[in-house]
Amino acid sequence: MSENILSVVDLNTSFHTDRGEVMAVNGVSFNLDRGKILGIVGESGSGKSVTAYSIMQILEKNGGIKKGQVLYKGEDITKFTEKQMREFRGKCCSIIFQDPMTSLNPVFTIGNQLKEAIELHTPRKGKEAMDRAVEMLTLVGVNEPEKRVKQYPYELSGGMRQRVMIAMALACEPDILIADEPTTALDVTIQAQILELMQSLQKKLGMAIIMVTHDLGVIADMCDEIIVMYGGRVCERGTAEDIFYRPSHEYTKGLLKSVPSVDRMGEKLVPIPGTPINLLNMPKGCAFCPRCENAMKICIEEIPPEMQMPDGHFASCWMNVKKQMEAQSNE
Amino acid sequence: MSEMKKKSEYLVEVNNLKQYFPIKTGFMKTTPLKAVDGVSFNIKAGETLGLVGESGCGKTTVGRSLLRLYTPTSGDVFFDGERVDKNSIGHMRKQMQMVFQDPYSSLNPRMTVEDIIGEPLDVHKLYSGKGERRDRILELMELVGLNAEHATRYAHEFSGGQRQRIGIARALATNPRFIVCDEAVSALDVSIQAQVINMFEELQEKLGVAYLFIAHDLLVVHHISDRIAVMYLGRIVEIADADDLNASPIHPYTQSLLSAVPYPDPKMAKERQRIILEGDVPSPLNMPKGCAFRTRCKYATERCAQECPTLTDRGNGHMVACFNK
Ligand SMILES: Nc1ncnc2c1ncn2[C@@H]1O[C@H](COP(=O)(O)OP(=O)(O)O)[C@@H](O)[C@H]1O
Ligand SMILES: Nc1ncnc2c1ncn2[C@@H]1O[C@H](COP(=O)(O)OP(=O)(O)O)[C@@H](O)[C@H]1O
Ligand code: SF4
Ligand code: SF4
Ligand SMILES: [Mg+2]
Ligand SMILES: [Mg+2]
Repeated sequence: MSENILSVVDLNTSFHTDRGEVMAVNGVSFNLDRGKILGIVGESGSGKSVTAYSIMQILEKNGGIKKGQVLYKGEDITKFTEKQMREFRGKCCSIIFQDPMTSLNPVFTIGNQLKEAIELHTPRKGKEAMDRAVEMLTLVGVNEPEKRVKQYPYELSGGMRQRVMIAMALACEPDILIADEPTTALDVTIQAQILELMQSLQKKLGMAIIMVTHDLGVIADMCDEIIVMYGGRVCERGTAEDIFYRPSHEYTKGLLKSVPSVDRMGEKLVPIPGTPINLLNMPKGCAFCPRCENAMKICIEEIPPEMQMPDGHFASCWMNVKKQMEAQSNE
Repeated sequence: MSEMKKKSEYLVEVNNLKQYFPIKTGFMKTTPLKAVDGVSFNIKAGETLGLVGESGCGKTTVGRSLLRLYTPTSGDVFFDGERVDKNSIGHMRKQMQMVFQDPYSSLNPRMTVEDIIGEPLDVHKLYSGKGERRDRILELMELVGLNAEHATRYAHEFSGGQRQRIGIARALATNPRFIVCDEAVSALDVSIQAQVINMFEELQEKLGVAYLFIAHDLLVVHHISDRIAVMYLGRIVEIADADDLNASPIHPYTQSLLSAVPYPDPKMAKERQRIILEGDVPSPLNMPKGCAFRTRCKYATERCAQECPTLTDRGNGHMVACFNK
């Protein structure tokens, strides 16, 4: 039986800027089960990182959650005090970023930083914490861990730093690990090492992972469940098979056709026309409307409702509503 | 007059190109960083050669060095049978252009689209009057799918994909026959990336330009290239027809590189076996003797530490530099 660990319900997050209010996340909802890998995919600016940062409440000062709930084991953490949130970030949920240097301090050794994280979040202190640091480095596949603890971040390669950051994030044995584009800056062979590591740690430790990425390949490779975002909204959510083999939103369909695939190498790519969305100038109806070749009149006027598809996954596209109505009138 | 070779079937010929950078490694001590260490390849007119390999392996340097944006340490480059050197490059510059990754930093934000595209026309004096200049600019904008009304706008007003189009129109202004595309689509979102890739392909069909297409996304490179060369630490380890290379890679490095590509297909992803490479790429300041890949190669033998393997033909022009595969 799957056990729900995190639910995001109608999350809305915005930022105040000189040019007006930027609605970065608009009504995002999803569920995460214990021990599962959930992928959030979409083009740059679609609100993936802001969704992740809203869960952790690490938004920049000009931004905030306007509406919605984030339920961790049934408790709404958007109501938490800063002290409770620190505890949540320490013990329940960790985040790693594309650039490990945002989490690593350049002036302290790897060992010092790991030891500090362990002392802060677990009962282990002093030598015991340092032993644990070496153990964590071994766990994440850092070679010669006794030597590495004495080194500084700049002495390590990009892939090694990313491993150290994962070790830091796992020091408190969280239930959830959020990974925001963790391999985007890495070469494919190093990316493969890190993805393999994350998969094996996930199996070993049983934590849930939220994988945030723009890379459809990484998503297909790693995730049980996927949500597709566009313009701060969820277009579609379902299993990896639902999304890749039975896409039911025009944006998802377009996205899948615009990447080269092995069995269509000789054919021309089918790009999505138009330019990326401007969040300061959101369409009234469907966010994808200005680029959608099948847009209808209602798409311009009204935001499409989320509808369950025959295979059980969810999509927010008027096309599905239209098809359903046609099917009903044919009966 | 620069030296002429007999007419060859290739538009671009690169023979044993080396590009070393002197790096200060101590007091009064410099060590050559061998960014490109003996690279040879050919490109036919209207053909696309893909160049792949991990960051730092020397892809950009190959591009810059063969366009003589650097003075090569040694080796020969021929363009349409004529040697590219400091004397000939002046009149060849028109024929050989480069498009860069970052449309943000390679275009001056304070110039209008018209001025950006017009600059190479001015430099090479490619028009006789104001009207002709303007017509040519509009023609180029249309070619890359930019709206003529945007000619007087500034580069910073455009999205990434559109800026890349401006950069390409500028590169096309001199009617080049060869363009080095250095990570030209890498910074773009996939939906926009597909627009620009299609444009590169259409321009090739229309104008017959040849590309050296440098990118780290192997699926994109496979899609656009006729042939692909794989680099590791400054050398080409394998070069073959694009489909051939992807279906049957021979060099151990190519095999692991291709196995590491995440395919946007959950079933394929689950069935596929990744060949995980141990460790990191060695420093180009301290290259392993013999085969540069031997520190990470599971097929390495005694000989690999002594000699450097050269490219040999394994049939149909599929060239591989390895003693044991
Ligand atoms: N601090 C901020 N101030 C203003 N706008 C912001 C801020 N942070 C993010 N945004 C905007 O929110 C939108 C979503 O951003 P993000 O979640 O980072 O996208 P991505 O899907 O690429 O991770 C973007 O349009 C971005 O410009
Ligand atoms: N101008 C330069 N001076 C010194 N070293 C350089 C210079 N340009 C590149 N290099 C070095 O040469 C190697 C190859 O770099 P580059 O051609 O940029 O690789 P790639 O494009 O494959 O990532 C790297 O080790 C890089 O640090
Ligand atoms: S709701 Fe309408 S505009 Fe939006 S994706 Fe569906 S068909 Fe296209
Ligand atoms: S020459 Fe030797 S070390 Fe190099 S790739 Fe071949 S087997 Fe491996
Ligand atoms: Mg992001
Ligand atoms: Mg480069």
